[in-house]
Amino acid sequence: MLRMLRQIVRIGTITERLATSDAYERLGRELEDAVKKRFAGSLAIRQVDAGSCNGCELEIHAANNPYYDIERFGVHFTASPRFADMLLVTGPVSVNMKTALEMTYEATPDPKLVVAVGDCAEHCGVFGRENYAIAGCVSDIIPVDVVVHGCPPTPSDIIRGILAAIDRMP
Amino acid sequence: MRHLANTWFAERLGDSGIRTIYLADHHPAHMPCLEIMRLDWLRAAEQARRLEMRFVAVWAAGAGCHDQDRGARHGLYAYMAFAHPEHCHALLRTPLADENPSLPSIAGEFVAASRMERHMADMFGITIEAAPDARPWIRHEHWPRGAHPLRDDFDGKNPMPPCPCSGDYDFVRSASSGVYEIPVGPVHAGIIEPGHFRFLAVGEQILNMEERLGYVHKGIERAMQGRDAASGAKLAARISGDSAVAHAWAFAQASEYAAGIKPPRRASLIRGILCERERMANHIGDIGAICNDAAFAFMHMQMQRLREDMARLHQEIFGHRLLFDTIVPGGVTVDLGEAQLARLERQTRAIAAEVEHLRSIYADHPSIQERVIGSGVVSVDDARDIGLLGFAGRASGNYPDARIEEAYPPYDELKVHVAEGKSGDVATRVWVRFEEIADSARLIGEMVERMPDGPIAAEWTPPEPGVSGFAAIEGWRGEIAAWVRFGEKGLIDRYFVRDPSVINWLGLELAVREVPVPDFPLNNKSFNCSYSGNDL
Repeated sequence: MLRMLRQIVRIGTITERLATSDAYERLGRELEDAVKKRFAGSLAIRQVDAGSCNGCELEIHAANNPYYDIERFGVHFTASPRFADMLLVTGPVSVNMKTALEMTYEATPDPKLVVAVGDCAEHCGVFGRENYAIAGCVSDIIPVDVVVHGCPPTPSDIIRGILAAIDRMP
Repeated sequence: MRHLANTWFAERLGDSGIRTIYLADHHPAHMPCLEIMRLDWLRAAEQARRLEMRFVAVWAAGAGCHDQDRGARHGLYAYMAFAHPEHCHALLRTPLADENPSLPSIAGEFVAASRMERHMADMFGITIEAAPDARPWIRHEHWPRGAHPLRDDFDGKNPMPPCPCSGDYDFVRSASSGVYEIPVGPVHAGIIEPGHFRFLAVGEQILNMEERLGYVHKGIERAMQGRDAASGAKLAARISGDSAVAHAWAFAQASEYAAGIKPPRRASLIRGILCERERMANHIGDIGAICNDAAFAFMHMQMQRLREDMARLHQEIFGHRLLFDTIVPGGVTVDLGEAQLARLERQTRAIAAEVEHLRSIYADHPSIQERVIGSGVVSVDDARDIGLLGFAGRASGNYPDARIEEAYPPYDELKVHVAEGKSGDVATRVWVRFEEIADSARLIGEMVERMPDGPIAAEWTPPEPGVSGFAAIEGWRGEIAAWVRFGEKGLIDRYFVRDPSVINWLGLELAVREVPVPDFPLNNKSFNCSYSGNDL
């Protein structure tokens, strides 16, 4: 236990501050303000992989790591769409996932936001539209508010996309 | 690279009266492809089992250009690959009838063949005779009747029309009172890929867990057809994003073997560094996640920190946090200067030291040890039966490692240490991963030291139409087996790849029997199989 505490003290807080990454911190503050204003301080996200290669999942995970620590802005990932405010959807939508994505969307209470994460979610990426197994990009299946580019997008791009979706709310 | 034809398997088959024809248009020669008669198919598998060969894969392919030259008697061929620790890999193939093609199942000899045969049946409409499990696998209930995507007459360009579901998937059930079912997925609770798990549980204990996958099937095999090698490598890197390096390497190496191209030594060493860094990053991330699933958040945060450090350096040096698109047929895309090599080496060493320190904390922490020790055991016999690969195999007394068996460059000049675990529980899988992080760090150090000057890529010239190549690359999950055949104009005419997950998913099913339901995530993470790599 003592060694754990020593390690915690030795590493300290690595979450990035204003001084080291100005842009990110400002982004985070904006996000925090938006979440406070619009979602009473807590934005719940349900992530749906609709056919990704799992690269986007790794970067969404990274947004939760101690460097980015998206939770400090009031954003957290939830286990069920039933209490989610936002869906974060990755991948081209595979024919085999289409129904599951539609059901997840239906299960999310209104008003809901959808962020399509990654090039595949935007335009089917390297897998292509001309593919028997791909039902389409995310916006072909459910309404999308914001698209985040990248293969995969970086954690800060993902956080920026989440903020952009909140900003677009009426 | 060993270029001697490996005749060992052909001789052994000959001893038991199975006639083989050596196919000269398959490379490399030390992993030969032998044609046998269809009626010898099952006997050949029996022989392989008797010779204690490891089952690698079974797949199908349409006739290539050369097969058509030979008289186009058959439109379809079935292939299977085996490996032997001392005699490398060997491929067998047999022609199938054009009308109602059928093939005897070899799942009685090698249980891991069952899902691959189901995949063949779905993709080509091949009837598997005496199949122990004839349910569809990738083909879900709403696919149109008669849709077999890898058949030439199938329209691969348009999304399949939605059809009413034809029945339900026939899950394993229990008629006993007191046994209840828990359906999980395809959309899971965490930030992970989709798949369905059906639990049969009694009280808190799992009686049986069955996987139903195929949800992220993206038609990769079909999408590969008609691409050139450069575009194929891009797609290969996205077969499973966490294994981008290993998959791109497997594709590149199979293509290079087919084309008779040898990447420069500098390129091979850079590939080795990339692959070992990928191994380290994934093991580090997974150890953290395993601990997190047992509520040991401290370790999770520490490990995620190290993983992020690695990703950031990758971004700086290779231009991509997850090392996508760094390997192409012929070599690599990014050269490393002296300073960059030194930084890579320094960070690798620092991270390995940090991991060792964290490992001692993990080992001293009774609350995590209590959860991982003895949980989710795959016995040595079971692991051998299913041919468990990679770190999961090495935790259960099964030690195949393509870096040693195939000794492809740069591993022909390096010595890989294999962690030899036997207990087969979560703790041993974690232990093997810790050992592999340390060994990868050591290998990276050696590779940096050995780095010669020179070009980072050989010029890519596609092979003549009809030539195929096979490669086995040890990714962080285990052996990736890849077979590519080129057609006209240097375009790919068939690509088959077997991610280690295809086999290791079976290991998870065995591991979680008699495990309490709440320990499932812990076990699942300890294997961390790829859904995307399985579903293709």
